[in-house]
Amino acid sequence: MKIFVTDREGNKYTLEGDSGDTLMEVIRDNSLDIEAACGGCCACATCHVYIEDEWLEKLSARDDDEESMLDQAFDVKNTSRLSCQISLTDDLDGLKLELATE
Amino acid sequence: MNEKTDVIIIGAGPVGLFAIFELGLLNISCHVIDNLDKPGGQCAELYPEKPIYDIPSRVNITGQELTNDLLAQAKPFKPVYHLSQQVEKISKLESDDWLVETNFNKKIQAKCIVIAAGAGSFVARKIPLDNISDIEDKKILYAVRNKSQFQDKDLLIVGGGDSALDWTNELSKISNVTLIHRRKEFKAAPDSVSKMLKLEKDKKINFSLGQIKEVENLQNGKIKVVVKNEDIIKEHEVDFLLPFFGLKMELGPISTWGLNLDENLIKVDTEKFETSIPSIFAIGDINTYPGKLKLILSGFHEAALMAQKCFKYCYPDKKNIFRYTTSSKDLQKKLKAI
Repeated sequence: MKIFVTDREGNKYTLEGDSGDTLMEVIRDNSLDIEAACGGCCACATCHVYIEDEWLEKLSARDDDEESMLDQAFDVKNTSRLSCQISLTDDLDGLKLELATE
Repeated sequence: MNEKTDVIIIGAGPVGLFAIFELGLLNISCHVIDNLDKPGGQCAELYPEKPIYDIPSRVNITGQELTNDLLAQAKPFKPVYHLSQQVEKISKLESDDWLVETNFNKKIQAKCIVIAAGAGSFVARKIPLDNISDIEDKKILYAVRNKSQFQDKDLLIVGGGDSALDWTNELSKISNVTLIHRRKEFKAAPDSVSKMLKLEKDKKINFSLGQIKEVENLQNGKIKVVVKNEDIIKEHEVDFLLPFFGLKMELGPISTWGLNLDENLIKVDTEKFETSIPSIFAIGDINTYPGKLKLILSGFHEAALMAQKCFKYCYPDKKNIFRYTTSSKDLQKKLKAI
């Protein structure tokens, strides 16, 4: 499935992901600039992304862990998510997102 | 006088702790330096309560349990820990020993250096705004070192964790404190949260919801902090801004030591895990080589092989006889097992 990513400079990328991958893994393994310091266990906030509005409702809501970790992020919006907490499913094919400020 | 040891380990994460053990079996003594105030590295700081499932023989173990067990395993070798400080500088002495200096002016001399620094040192996460570097560490403080400078001043504290709440409660005694957090829920200890809420109710502090948007240095010596909550913008004019956004990791001074690096990782060989500078080793997540996997168990293996080469530097005239802990009386004596 395809994931559309806009980086902090406004460059656009089309990434290929598989069902079951996390969003962070797809972004990281395509060598885009995402730190993901803790490796995906929701223990830092360095895989922060903004999900495009129309895709938000397709995602399950943030859990307590993710909400707490977002306290350490800068410029948190309603569309903010930690990408390590989003597992890809077939209905997310075409998902659009933006990388947040580090 | 400098303190003296055989090996200095930089980083007290799981791999650094296991290196104490592997070196200890070969009669090599260690000092360990870490920027955190406790051993364990990421395991203790980032995920103390989270389970790890791929430590051989441990079906599951939390980050903190692993740390505790590694500390216990290393204990017979009497390692010396230097915590809450970062290695700033290394240099070679005439005796061919290394001299390692920390930001607390501690000087330690050793034959080898083992870098087991994971993803780097934990440092405060800073505000990612371009125009504030002039006032950082002056009017924007990421840690409190000298409380008295806040006497009767206007402070803006930002965050919802223990640091933010503890300092709000403490500094409210001597300063005019406003606390900003992005939501009504706090991650801090419940006791600190209720103390803060009581202070707010008694009008001893102000609390408002929001996030920092901009910071500006004013002519009158104060700083203007623009805070946004949903669509409401509020400006705060204060003497000090104290943001507490947790910790992040960065390579720090290690990148200036002249080691061969590959994208912030230290290149090593896979026989001895030695860097491009002889007698400096790198093990665990901080190193790279063809096929590297960033797993704790890889770091354990690297520690064992590194120790073999360290022995040659520490005891150039001695023969290293390979022994098993199961059969060697000598090793068991060292481990206090017999």
